[in-house]
Amino acid sequence: MTLLASNPLILYGTSFNSRLFLGSALYPSPKILEDSVKAANPSMLTVSLRRQGALHNELGGQAFWDLLHTLEVPFLPNTAGCHSPEEAYTTAMMARDVFETDWIKLELIGDDYTLQPDTLGLVTTAEKLIRSGFKVLPYCTEDLILCRRLVEVGCEAVMPWAAPIGSGKGPVNPYGLRLLRERISVPIIVDAGLGVPSHACQVMEWGCDGVLLNSAVARAQDPVQLALAFSRAVEAGRLAYLGGAMAERESAAPSTPVIGTPFWHQA
Amino acid sequence: MQSIPVVFRLSNLRRRLEAMMIRINQQLFELPEASTIDGALKAFGAKPPFAVALNGVFVHRAQYPLQTLKDQDLVEIVQPVAGG
Repeated sequence: MTLLASNPLILYGTSFNSRLFLGSALYPSPKILEDSVKAANPSMLTVSLRRQGALHNELGGQAFWDLLHTLEVPFLPNTAGCHSPEEAYTTAMMARDVFETDWIKLELIGDDYTLQPDTLGLVTTAEKLIRSGFKVLPYCTEDLILCRRLVEVGCEAVMPWAAPIGSGKGPVNPYGLRLLRERISVPIIVDAGLGVPSHACQVMEWGCDGVLLNSAVARAQDPVQLALAFSRAVEAGRLAYLGGAMAERESAAPSTPVIGTPFWHQA
Repeated sequence: MQSIPVVFRLSNLRRRLEAMMIRINQQLFELPEASTIDGALKAFGAKPPFAVALNGVFVHRAQYPLQTLKDQDLVEIVQPVAGG
């Protein structure tokens, strides 16, 4: 058994071999979505709900539903776009009805410009959902106290942003994420704001337990290539974390033995 | 001869009084009084898979034939879409 296989991600008692979560939105076509999913081999695929009749594209409705079922990846419905606890709760209930899963990616938006989560309403909403039997993965910030409160009400993982959704900036607060890793023990899945595979590898090296991507794959020139690249980056970062990277130092330290260096003369 | 339009108007008025206006996914629908969620789904032409909320509250599918509507109710019918 490989090191990765012997260290699966455990969420709410369920074991996942992949530490990459993938979004299903924004792909140029259903075929590219399908190929990207196969390349990324995600643990879960995020999906959503919108008013029937509002969207007229191939990534909604019956055709999308049929495609989802051919992918054979567990669904992770989200509450994207919800601005109040009541909206989020009702959306989660409808998602459970449609997708027949207790998993929910809880999004409670507090600001439309940054899509920053409403951290003040998040905890009570998560608590209500957990009491209703949901397995809540809360989209949050890297705020330590917020994450602690989420854990206290029953969240068995947290999903802090790296940067605003869709920005591709990578982790804008490395200190905050690393500190969060030190201070809480539940799995941390970095959600939102990653742009390139090195961002994913970096947060995994810091000890985060997974990443959730959508725009970074779907908006790439070749989404399938980026799906594969991110998949390998996540694995590389996890292996590095498990392996224990060397300690950083301020000065150079030659790797080739110094003793016996020819042409060297003591001053 | 003159009573015919009056009778017509009265029946029309009675029909209107026995009807109610329901907003389904932001579209107005006129439904008979005491219609249920099932009636709203039929009027809208909902296609599975979908889920329903009435005035912001989730309605379990078992309640569709039982849950009656009232004038000015707001019905949301949602379907699966791609999401991040």
